[in-house]
Amino acid sequence: MALTGRALIASRTAKFFKDGDLVNLGIGVPTMCVNYLPEGVDLWLEAEIGIVGCGPTPKWADADPDCIDAGGQPTTIIKGGSVVPHDMSFGLIRGGHVDATVLGTLQVDAEGNIANWIIPGKVIPGMGGAMDLCAGVKRIVVTTDHCEKSGASKILKKCTLPLTGAKCVTDIVTERAYFKVTPNGLVLQEVAPGYTVEDIRACTDADFTVADDLGVME
Amino acid sequence: MKNKVFTLEEVLSKFHDGQTILFGDWHGEISAEEIITGLIEKNIKDVTAVAVSGGMPDQGVGRMIVNHQVKSLLTTHIGLNPVAKDQYVAGELAVEFIPQGTFTERIRCGGYGLGGCLTPTGVGTQVAEGKQVLNLNGKDYLLEMPIRGDVALIKATKADKAGNIYFNKTSGAISNTMAFAADTVIVEVEELVEIGEIDPDDIAVPAPVVDMVYVRKGEKKPFCPMWQRAKAKAEAKAAEGGK
Repeated sequence: MALTGRALIASRTAKFFKDGDLVNLGIGVPTMCVNYLPEGVDLWLEAEIGIVGCGPTPKWADADPDCIDAGGQPTTIIKGGSVVPHDMSFGLIRGGHVDATVLGTLQVDAEGNIANWIIPGKVIPGMGGAMDLCAGVKRIVVTTDHCEKSGASKILKKCTLPLTGAKCVTDIVTERAYFKVTPNGLVLQEVAPGYTVEDIRACTDADFTVADDLGVME
Repeated sequence: MKNKVFTLEEVLSKFHDGQTILFGDWHGEISAEEIITGLIEKNIKDVTAVAVSGGMPDQGVGRMIVNHQVKSLLTTHIGLNPVAKDQYVAGELAVEFIPQGTFTERIRCGGYGLGGCLTPTGVGTQVAEGKQVLNLNGKDYLLEMPIRGDVALIKATKADKAGNIYFNKTSGAISNTMAFAADTVIVEVEELVEIGEIDPDDIAVPAPVVDMVYVRKGEKKPFCPMWQRAKAKAEAKAAEGGK
């Protein structure tokens, strides 16, 4: 059976990774990508606190208060993984050593701007490490529901919320479509099974062109 | 060798109203929790807290926020402490949001004698407002200024009596940077060992940098409240499934 929804987003996003990539995954759908890695692709997962080679979440009986991830949850370190100081962890991020990051978002736009750290006066978590990821990582994939619950498009002509990163997003993957971000705007590369280009136009605020070799997401 | 091991009372005597304190917590975890309990009892006020996050209401620096001891917070995230958010929205707590890599680098500058750093992080965002932007070799950078504290309060796995510090796994987090960026460096440790017992390769912060060591009296490595709750929930769910 064909994948749909967030599983489809995770599966499509996982295809960006190459064996041996150093990757930073945000929480939620981005983390699900590891369940869909192509055969023969092993990643070094980075945790901002200072792990290169995060492993699976341990059982509570094995949880170690000295081994925590970026969100303060128990984690493990894979064979060959390392613990690095926090400043080195961000040296990896800003210094271009991280091959890809996957981020959820509130808004993303046709110029590759991303806004995911604050809704002034309402939701005020803070940016954590997201701005550094936007500044230094080679491939920045935004994974998001195509629309808000209200039906409004999350892929805008121009973000209205305060930005996390300016002109940095390289790819946008939703449950309906995959867009590449280019200097000339968005290019629709793939549509989800059952969707047409017209369907995508109808639910997308941003303008986009369609790739000659338009494909189907899987 | 000068002995740097002190009692809780001696350690607490270094804290005063209005200080800038660097907290090595990671969202409240790996925090100097016994000293923080002492600071809550001593009830010092008007603290400027520097911490990677606002902690949680029941652990780390977050407890001092709940107790209205913190007037200003330099941080990257307050999403795990709803009380910090409420105080911020009500105007009771000033919060400067700093990207996490910039946060650690500003503290590093403060500790390593640098006048600031140039980073691409935050260019084109609110973070750039009011800051000098320098274009070097065709790329924009923000000039970010050093952060220093009166006191750095960190938690480590082991110390020796001279003040050498060892952190197990990720428990060093940002503490090994903070240890260089304060006038007084205070470390709460799980275990005290003799000088020479920590392998030179394993010393993250060398003794001359550390001023005071306090040896934890209670449980050495407690599960934080967030984990206790999550574990209890998981166990209850498992028990339900087992019926």
